[in-house]
Amino acid sequence: MTNSDINRYKDKAFQIFGIFCTLIGLVVLAVFLIDIAIDGISRIDWDFLTSLPSRRASSAGIYTAWAGTLWILVLTAVIAFPLGVGAAVYLEEYSRKTKLANFLEINIANLAGVPSIIYGLLGLEIFVRQMRLGGSLLAGALTLSLLILPIIIVTTRESIKAVPRSVRDGSYALGASKWQTIWNQVLPASFGGILTGIILALSRAVGEAAPLIVIGALAYVPFAPTTPLDEFTVLPIQIFNWTSRPQEAFLTNAAGAIIVLLCITFLLNGIAVYLRLRQQKKVKW
Amino acid sequence: MSKKVYKLEAKNLNAYYGNFHALKGIDIAMEEKAVTAFIGPSGCGKSTFLRTFNRMNDFIEGFRTEGDILLDGRDIYDKKIRVDELRKEVGMVFQKPNPFPKSIFENVVYGLRLQGIKNKAVLQETAEKSLQRAALWSEVKDNLNKSALALSGGQQQRLCIARALAISPSVLLMDEPASALDPISTAKIEELIHELKNDYTIVIVTHNMQQAGRVSDYTAFFYMGELVEHSKTKALFTSPSDTRTQNYITGRFG
Ligand SMILES: Nc1ncnc2c1ncn2[C@@H]1O[C@H](COP(=O)(O)OP(=O)(O)O)[C@@H](O)[C@H]1O
Ligand SMILES: [Mg+2]
Repeated sequence: MTNSDINRYKDKAFQIFGIFCTLIGLVVLAVFLIDIAIDGISRIDWDFLTSLPSRRASSAGIYTAWAGTLWILVLTAVIAFPLGVGAAVYLEEYSRKTKLANFLEINIANLAGVPSIIYGLLGLEIFVRQMRLGGSLLAGALTLSLLILPIIIVTTRESIKAVPRSVRDGSYALGASKWQTIWNQVLPASFGGILTGIILALSRAVGEAAPLIVIGALAYVPFAPTTPLDEFTVLPIQIFNWTSRPQEAFLTNAAGAIIVLLCITFLLNGIAVYLRLRQQKKVKW
Repeated sequence: MSKKVYKLEAKNLNAYYGNFHALKGIDIAMEEKAVTAFIGPSGCGKSTFLRTFNRMNDFIEGFRTEGDILLDGRDIYDKKIRVDELRKEVGMVFQKPNPFPKSIFENVVYGLRLQGIKNKAVLQETAEKSLQRAALWSEVKDNLNKSALALSGGQQQRLCIARALAISPSVLLMDEPASALDPISTAKIEELIHELKNDYTIVIVTHNMQQAGRVSDYTAFFYMGELVEHSKTKALFTSPSDTRTQNYITGRFG
């Protein structure tokens, strides 16, 4: 065998290995989705979506859980959006390249890798105990905001960086201040990218159970929350709770709830993809 | 006898990018309402020098100047000078057209909006006047709300000129404004420069010597960060006094 033959075989082998790697993820996901769908889809009906939780599996619903998830979603977005974008704008446009800035930057990247349960412990100490918010929606949303802040900061900075120098120069040359340039040019031009990042971050937050359990979100809440200071549960906690029961019927409930949760995350991801595609089409510098 | 005040002056100007000495002891004085062309081989410091007049180099880390740049006799690197006010007085057109991703109308009135001007009639009137001055009005008057990015390159560049004129500067800096354009658009821009010099002091960087000959009253030749020669365009092209100028305009390098 010549050298080039060997190289050709290696090429082929790697291709097959690559296809295998790609498929294994997809196949596992597909099997999982089909399995869940078979178990849960028949369980989803109007009653399931609008009923309060119950000790009897057949009459238990996920109303409080998805209402809590929506509340958390909106509150987290409202809190994390200004904080994340503000921090990103500061780091990208204002902060000098000092040792402190460097230190901050490295640590923001590190924060994105901290296990979510640690954020839960942080939230428990600061929001639940120090700020006396208890196991409320607000405490949960603040905790999840901390969790996704690093992701938002990183993606926002990337979007801001992508705005070309020439546009900023054009703005400055007409007498714009730094803030005017950021507000009128940089943020509008990078808005699509920023939004995409935030939605993807939120879709991660929506699936979190651990940090919310740590701050004291309850598995059983008799009523859907009506104010940010109410106690709450969310879909992942409800799912966790049902899957830990021995009865088969609760597992079916869990499968139904998983489908609803997946729908919410797929919807969020879909919006993010749509925004990204639209942005790519719209702006050509 | 009082000393003559020039529109723009540089006095023993040195500029550095970090350790790199980009402009070396430049002395120049430019008349009001005249067109001065900067020529010279690529990398000789034309853009760097041009951008000192509206302080666009301020954004570059490690950039610093020594010596003075005077606008109407005032030192623009003085601490009391507000850079945004300076840039309202000294407009700039860039090498590559850089319209904002907004409508044509919003591009033209951008500078006015920055100043907090909201009056519809004022904005409308200024937009029309500026687009007319930039010889673009007849082409876009029915499409003012169309995206500026949909215009052709030549139209975009005239839009950028209109945008600069809208805030009534007295000086217009142009950095190779036609180098990215086709010959017809280039001719339009050159014609426009002829028109504009009745009201504005224009400094244009170009690496096209025919263009310098066509549009400018004065020409300054730069070489490796030095100002080699500055005189009436005709004189510089017909009887250069420095051999480096001679070599450059006869095409022996650059
Ligand atoms: N941002 C910068 N940082 C460092 N050096 C630069 C920068 N911009 C330009 N220079 C250098 O300064 C010199 C003059 O550049 P420039 O003014 O752009 O020349 P020209 O416009 O005549 O082609 C060149 O040698 C270039 O490499
Ligand atoms: Mg240049």
